[in-house]
Amino acid sequence: MGKETPNKIDPVVTKDWGMVAQKKLMSTYYNQVMHAKEEGKKVVYTFIPGNLVELVNNFDLVSVYPELLGLQMGLRQSAEKYLNLGEKEGYADELCSYLKASVGMAAIDNMGPQGYKIPEPDFLLLIYSNCFTFLKWWEILRRRYKCPIIEIHLPYNGNAGGINKESLKYGVKQLKEVVIPKLEEITGKKFDIDKLKDSLRNSAEAEEDYYHVINSAKNTPSPIDAALNGIYYVGPINSALRGTPQVVEYYKILRKDIEKRVIRGEGPVTPFGQANDQKYRLVLEGPIPWMVPESFYKILYDEKAVIVGATYIKVGGSYDLGWFHDPSRPLESLCEQVTNCYANHGIKTRTEIMEKHIRDFHADGILFHSIKSCKSYITGQLVMVKELERKLNMPSAFFESDMMDARFYSEANVKNRIESYLRMIDQKRTMGEAT
Amino acid sequence: MSYYMGIDLGSTTCKVVIIDENKEIVSKGITNTRSDYTVATRFAEQEAIIMARFYFLENALRENILKSPGIQVDIEKVLLLLESSFRLCDYKEKVLEMGEVSKSLTKKDGSKVSGILEDIFNSIYKEANQVITNLSFNKGVFFRDLISSSFTKYLREIKDFEAVDKIVGYFDKSLLQIENKFNEIDFVHTTLGTLNMDNLDNSVNYDDSIINLIKNSIEDAGNYNFNIENKVGTGYGRQRLPFPKDQIQSEILCHGMGAHQMFPKTRTVLDIGGQDTKAIRIDKNGVVTSFTMNDRCAAGCGRFLGYIADELNIGLQDLGPLALEAKKNVKISSTCTVFAGVELRDRLSLGERRSDILAGLHKAIVRRAVSLIARAGGVENEFTFTGGVARNVSVDKNLREIIASRYGDVVINISPDSIYVGSLGAAMYAKVG
Repeated sequence: MGKETPNKIDPVVTKDWGMVAQKKLMSTYYNQVMHAKEEGKKVVYTFIPGNLVELVNNFDLVSVYPELLGLQMGLRQSAEKYLNLGEKEGYADELCSYLKASVGMAAIDNMGPQGYKIPEPDFLLLIYSNCFTFLKWWEILRRRYKCPIIEIHLPYNGNAGGINKESLKYGVKQLKEVVIPKLEEITGKKFDIDKLKDSLRNSAEAEEDYYHVINSAKNTPSPIDAALNGIYYVGPINSALRGTPQVVEYYKILRKDIEKRVIRGEGPVTPFGQANDQKYRLVLEGPIPWMVPESFYKILYDEKAVIVGATYIKVGGSYDLGWFHDPSRPLESLCEQVTNCYANHGIKTRTEIMEKHIRDFHADGILFHSIKSCKSYITGQLVMVKELERKLNMPSAFFESDMMDARFYSEANVKNRIESYLRMIDQKRTMGEAT
Repeated sequence: MSYYMGIDLGSTTCKVVIIDENKEIVSKGITNTRSDYTVATRFAEQEAIIMARFYFLENALRENILKSPGIQVDIEKVLLLLESSFRLCDYKEKVLEMGEVSKSLTKKDGSKVSGILEDIFNSIYKEANQVITNLSFNKGVFFRDLISSSFTKYLREIKDFEAVDKIVGYFDKSLLQIENKFNEIDFVHTTLGTLNMDNLDNSVNYDDSIINLIKNSIEDAGNYNFNIENKVGTGYGRQRLPFPKDQIQSEILCHGMGAHQMFPKTRTVLDIGGQDTKAIRIDKNGVVTSFTMNDRCAAGCGRFLGYIADELNIGLQDLGPLALEAKKNVKISSTCTVFAGVELRDRLSLGERRSDILAGLHKAIVRRAVSLIARAGGVENEFTFTGGVARNVSVDKNLREIIASRYGDVVINISPDSIYVGSLGAAMYAKVG
């Protein structure tokens, strides 16, 4: 590649309580990963979308999320080396960047973005199989690590809005007959339904607080940036710690902290300071370009724009839309979790989710970030653009780059696009509604 | 009367438009962007200001003729002569200056290169009158194009092949220096000077009374109190302009507003510039309602055509007409600049005609642009095509065909001044304040 990451801005990032506490909390998880092998724990590689943390933790396993490592590499601007290695291994430049970075890591030192070695997996768990790349990814890693794969298959929701009875039965049957017995076999531990119910109770409690945190963006000014702060806030609930008392505690305090911010009329904390002055409220479809978060947020901060609704934080699960785990229906609830993740919804449902966001969060505009290397995520985005424009008479700004590969990001173009879009909003405000 | 200036500092050219308080275009200026955006802006601004003085000159001539019964003057002819003489004067000065620069550069060389170059510049100077004949002179052709065209002709005559490389090197270096050196031009002094030149059309004989009337009119035009009330900058280089933030405007909005001003019924705008393509939809007031742009790749933009012209060693302005001579359709699938170049060479080696290949390349550009339009929500009547590439006749022809086939009977507006749409929009924003 030989190309510098565009505009590396001062890495000193200002963080709020939730972001700082999240880092501290997540470090307990990183410690588990770092010391898994020496503590004799089995390691499972799994994915964020629809993850079954409560079930995995039932067997005292340590979870590793390769796509989360990719995201963190992007944020730490250390992805280039591993993307190159992934390509060297034979995976073309337009394939999923998370996959390439993961394969690149596995090919050399498996050194994680936090600076410690990621343990090799004892087995791979494929829960969300509606991303074709996930399937191939596990195939590649299985070949490398010669380890088994446990798979549960749950259907694509399409535009049904959620899982139907038959699919739910199909999922529960697989959990009972395949997944749980295999987990018992690999770990040598017995499945404990009461422990699962306890975990799910904790999850539900944390999810409800998280719901209020994310929905606080309905306030003016919004106390949070749903994409930037949101990606921190969603961390504990999206991964290995969900269902634990620490996570319940984190969201309880976070919710209170945000509520205080609402009362004080404070805006979100960004890398450039507190964004109290909010001229534009935007909804973002797609991730922040992780490789250049500061550069991207500088554009928004300078323009006094805040993201009040973000779809990418729903990739793990749609808690902010009001779906919570139900300890009284443990296995059914796990299956619902898998199918409720954002990417498992059809174009129509995703459009409806965005429309609701725009209306409920009083948004002025929509940004679409089309990520080059994830076809599964971006297919249909242009249809969503058209549909939202038709329904709301609200045009969108559409820009293309990637979630972590800096080669696909052109700062000048993205800046030009967003600035032009905001000027368009200004013009509409001053000159009245368009015809 | 108040005047407003719009500057569109693009990646390839810098355009300036001056309008009056009635939103009428007073003058335009254009130059190639070069490596120095600031200098390019000063050149384009100066050209627009000079052209504004010619606009005032026309008014002054009319007024002075009214005041002088008995004097009959063909105003259009006089203006044509003065403007072409003015341009000739400017061109000649630059040629002389460039000759001097090259002389100083070759001083250390000590070889015969110096003499050859001096002869070339003398010949270029001598044929200046033929190069700049009258206003059929295309204003979109810059000093660089004109002198390079003459230079290439004389270069072909050099038999000493070893010297050629050196000569080209010195020529390029001196051209770069001249292009980046800004000389202020005094309108009155230069225009009066042209009256004494022997380059006015010999077929026109003016008696002293007419000459005096012209001189007075030039003085009047020069003395006209011409104040630019406000300036707005746009285009890719807009951040380089030494303007406060409220005098910088997004080029999307400027293109929308400019297209609306030129063709008020416009609802869809396609702009193909040097490095980007924009599909814009506007409402009845020229307000942008949505837009899309190419993002990760500038394939199919103006620079692509420039590259192809270089590959074929022909002028950019010759590409379109040559493509229209096509007898058959050679399909070029790629609009990647580099790959299309490879395809071009491959087809040439297979014996395909240049015009046929070029027709294929132009179709490829249009196909790409139309897919962007589809993204922006398709075409709504009327459709206006702007930007430098709108000057290309083959792109125009293909675009008309494909728009008609996909969107039916749509009014398509293409103005000869399409390249100025962004700067016109900027001038409109300057007026709004």
